[in-house]
Amino acid sequence: MIEMKKYEYFEHTADAKFKAYGKNLEDAFSNSALAVFDIMVNTNLVEPKIKKEIKITGKNKESLLFDFLDELLFFLDTENFVLHKVENMKITRKKGAYELKATILGDKINKKYEVSGIVKAITYNEMEIAKKDGVWVITAVVDR
Amino acid sequence: MVSNNNNNNVINNDNQISDFGIVKKDANTWQIPKKGAMNVPAVVYASDILMANIKQDKTISQIVNVAQLPGIVKNALAMPDAHQGYGFPIGGVAAFRQKDGVISPGGVGFDINCGVRMIKTNLTVEDMMPKKREIINTMFANVPAGLGGKANVRFTEEETIEVLEKGAKWAIKQGFGWKEDTDRMEENGYMKADPNDISARAIARGKPQLGSLGAGNHFLEIQSVDKIIDEKTSNAFGVTKKGQIVLMVHCGSRGLGHQVASEYIRKMEDKYGFAGLLDRELINAPISSDLGVAYYSAMSGAANYAWSNRQMITHWIRESFEKVFGRTAKDMEMSIIYDVCHNVAKMENHVVDGEKMNVCVHRKGATRSFGPGRIEIPEIYRAYGQPVIIPGSMGTASYLLRGTKKAEELSFGSTAHGAGRVMSRFAAVKKFRSETVASELESKGIMIKSASWKGIVEEAPQVYKDIDEVVRVSHDAGLGSLVARMVPMGVIKG
Repeated sequence: MIEMKKYEYFEHTADAKFKAYGKNLEDAFSNSALAVFDIMVNTNLVEPKIKKEIKITGKNKESLLFDFLDELLFFLDTENFVLHKVENMKITRKKGAYELKATILGDKINKKYEVSGIVKAITYNEMEIAKKDGVWVITAVVDR
Repeated sequence: MVSNNNNNNVINNDNQISDFGIVKKDANTWQIPKKGAMNVPAVVYASDILMANIKQDKTISQIVNVAQLPGIVKNALAMPDAHQGYGFPIGGVAAFRQKDGVISPGGVGFDINCGVRMIKTNLTVEDMMPKKREIINTMFANVPAGLGGKANVRFTEEETIEVLEKGAKWAIKQGFGWKEDTDRMEENGYMKADPNDISARAIARGKPQLGSLGAGNHFLEIQSVDKIIDEKTSNAFGVTKKGQIVLMVHCGSRGLGHQVASEYIRKMEDKYGFAGLLDRELINAPISSDLGVAYYSAMSGAANYAWSNRQMITHWIRESFEKVFGRTAKDMEMSIIYDVCHNVAKMENHVVDGEKMNVCVHRKGATRSFGPGRIEIPEIYRAYGQPVIIPGSMGTASYLLRGTKKAEELSFGSTAHGAGRVMSRFAAVKKFRSETVASELESKGIMIKSASWKGIVEEAPQVYKDIDEVVRVSHDAGLGSLVARMVPMGVIKG
């Protein structure tokens, strides 16, 4: 079996558009986070020196994704945190709301990692979270 | 020209043009007549060349969407450098009536009060040449740039809140600048804001970044005056001779502004939902609603942050010059020429269909361009029109213009804000090499220093529209009148 692509980028004049894939919703969410950070840094090269447990709730899948990615940007701006990977993600549905729990691993920006550009914000523009042919596909545009 | 291979993202231009029924009114004016759900016509100011760019992305459909928003008056407008944004196009201008109009965070942009400041000197190219490398290195050390660029000064949460309340004059009170600096800024570097409308989360994002350039297309540039087009006005603005050294700073409200925009988009969505919206990012609130009022206040606070930010950077530029040239900044006459916001909404008086009214003017990637006599213009410039600063892309010319009465008639006193992208950053990274871009710039005598090499490629001059064409159209259409042209000598990029 061919290994599934984690994510890919698409043309968008001013912003960055990506599609992230996953065999389940959790993988698609994790790959979205990588797509966002790979715009700024090579996440493969970032060392997993910092570990954070996060918990996000949302009314629907879209707002859950928005808040999850927004939380990561918050760590970027306030702590210079760059992502290496997301682990142990669990998305559950409770009383009509979604809850996401995950461990995020990464490091503070330093000279070892070449960082460039900026993701200013997550947007709802063209956002889509859907299961197609058994694969979860997340489409999103971030402002840069 | 960008080739767009992804079908999801391409609109069928042929259909688009026939659907919208664009009418060319004159060499630089295109109109999409009011029809269907449009409340007003849409107007694009562009030459044939610029229009060919504009038609390549969703700019036209986005401006037609804007024309359908409640309470919009006269025309939904796209400036000569317009390109696709989210909701509103970048280079979009729209004004809304107070009583039934709306305010939209997407009509302002995420980088609230992203803007440009110009600082003059009495130095010449000859003075600069032997010192150029040293001054660039000194400024690079003094002005934090790039992602994770550490601020030189640490501020508390309380101080950050004070910045949101007071704007540029806060920074001056802290010793970052001269008292008279605020005389030469839009709104004197301050808009009335209640910090309670800004979340603790936004303040937390802004606190460590105050006094930093940021990344992306933000820059600090040493320029020399290359051509004076309108001598009387340029003298009044302090640009007096060819070869004079000036400085340009382009940056905004950093993570704080981004967070304010995100949060208010979210709040408006929670309150009003998406039903009936043509595009999720057109989310808005009535101007006079609680949420509309709170957003305007929060936006103003973020604008104040941006003015303080540019003020602190100005101070470090002056300090760097003092160190390298061994003269005081006053002696080098390093006063501010002007400071413009190009991502903002403002309550302004305009004449609409013969009637004087107060409207909420959204300028997203557009510069205010008020003509002579407007009370908002500093007294020293009032007889000439407002200084309009239009930076080019990295390595190309920048322009100083003056606002016109005609712009007030045509575009609520607005014009372009820059070159406008034609190529995405991904495409740029695939197409160019940083060494080539930097050596091409060096061969033109432009020294570049960047926090990131990839950043240089993403902002390569080729990814932008031709700035000369943008300002020519601005001038010919009457949106802003050309005053002087500057060329870069050294660039610091975030």
